[in-house]
Amino acid sequence: MARAVTPARKTVNTAAAWIVALIIFFPILWTILTSFKPEPVAVASPPVFLNFDWSFDNYRTVIQQRGYGQFFWNSVVIAFGSTILGMIIAIPAAWAMAFVHGPRTKDLLMWMLSTKMMPAAGVLVPIYLIAVYFKMLDTQILLTVVLMLMNLPIIIWMLYTYFREIPVDILEAARMDGATLFNEIVYVLTPMAVPGIASTLLLNVILAWNESFWTLNLTAFNAAPLTKFIAGFSSPQGLFYAKLSAASVMAFLPILILGWFSQKQLVRGLTFGAVK
Amino acid sequence: MATQASRSAARLMISPSVILLFLWMAVPLGMVIYYSFRRYRLLNPDRAGWAGWSNYSNFVFSPDFGGALVNTLILVLGVLLLTVILGILIALLIDQPIWGQGPVRILVISPFFIMPPVSALVWKNMFFNPSNGLFGELFKYLGMPPYDFLGQAPLASIVTIVAWEWLPFATLILLTALQSLDGEQLEAAEMDGAPPLKRFFYIVLPHMSRAITVVVLIQTIFLLGIFGEILVTTSGGPGTASTTLPFLIFKKALLDFDVGTAAAGGIVAVILANIVAIFLMKAIGKNLD
Repeated sequence: MARAVTPARKTVNTAAAWIVALIIFFPILWTILTSFKPEPVAVASPPVFLNFDWSFDNYRTVIQQRGYGQFFWNSVVIAFGSTILGMIIAIPAAWAMAFVHGPRTKDLLMWMLSTKMMPAAGVLVPIYLIAVYFKMLDTQILLTVVLMLMNLPIIIWMLYTYFREIPVDILEAARMDGATLFNEIVYVLTPMAVPGIASTLLLNVILAWNESFWTLNLTAFNAAPLTKFIAGFSSPQGLFYAKLSAASVMAFLPILILGWFSQKQLVRGLTFGAVK
Repeated sequence: MATQASRSAARLMISPSVILLFLWMAVPLGMVIYYSFRRYRLLNPDRAGWAGWSNYSNFVFSPDFGGALVNTLILVLGVLLLTVILGILIALLIDQPIWGQGPVRILVISPFFIMPPVSALVWKNMFFNPSNGLFGELFKYLGMPPYDFLGQAPLASIVTIVAWEWLPFATLILLTALQSLDGEQLEAAEMDGAPPLKRFFYIVLPHMSRAITVVVLIQTIFLLGIFGEILVTTSGGPGTASTTLPFLIFKKALLDFDVGTAAAGGIVAVILANIVAIFLMKAIGKNLD
């Protein structure tokens, strides 16, 4: 609904929008700045903004002394593992529901979504006991499977809304031209489905990376991802703001950048197609 | 176009998802129901047996439950109110013709991608800390006595943190809805002499109502489960001042090792979430036809 306005009005609006945006972004900016400060500067009063000796020392300390690498690796394995596993299971299902629309497809989709409504705290006890029983507590496999199941409804829904937009007429045209089912899928449908699959993958990696109920409750050390790593900073010892900041930046930066790329698809994905 | 063959192929393609999700739902739920009627303490496993409704009465009539319920409501409603109202205002602002709309959008959406423990610890230490936090500095600058945000107003502080995390989501969805508004309708109203406030309440707000509903429902689902933020900031305290329902269940299960009572609490949480879910499903289901 953008309309023509006077340059003066546009300048005022621009200034206001940027101020609001910078206020919202400020905690992130402040964390990034603090991560480059020596510890005493990080707690200096009055606060120091830019005028300090920038250094990567905090990053070095966090990587070398706090074992950042293993947590990062666990995050990568769990976030990508659960999403890819989920995609392998979800793609055929979403595909079938989008192209072979039966009378019960809608009910099935709603039922799948309803499994997402189960509060994690409600099923903490059984999942924990099952994990203990199978000696799976604190393993990458457990976390991968749990997060996969948690996000499976979202993955199916997102893929379904994307697949639904692929015109069926094209399929019929290809069939008329004598395309086999295999050709149909590989040469006609796949190229059209790739963008939807990519954004589903991206958004669900982000959700899994930041998931912090199961990752905090089902891991101790071996399979602990970055959420647990950061939570470990909640009982501080001595000066630690700069190190906390460096650890935080290393935990959120990869996903923040992925997030910036996915923001256009975010609305659709997270509202299950209800807002476009 | 659906032939008998393609239908059975479709069933085959869908069944792995259905079976997995069914197990994921039914097995834990069945176990929670079972344990909610059992006496089962991990530290004292010999004293097991049927407990009747005593786990439920222990949970519901414990002094912590009422407080946790109220805290959960305050957290959910507080965050909803803040994010929806601020979200509408910010969406209206960004939707205006401005320079650099892309970068502004990126800055505004960013907090959504920060993992909850990071957000919570950054706010706890670098903003709320009475002696070293930025708010403490601001208070000092203004000549006010230091204020221990998380100690004296734990719930309000957590609401602030969570609202910061979810404001981007609300803003982005409301902005998307706003951008699909027909400009001509607004211009017509403007020419007819409708003042801005009237245009907002009679044209813009009704247009956004569906998006607002979706924001409220989806956020409620996630907010009912808020956990990491509380764990790393206050651990539910001081006392039980910031203990919510999920956190209370966590305490019963993994700190008190009282599986039976935690399971009963889990059922209570499931029932509460389902009440919200029914409304959400209706709102989303409408869009499927």
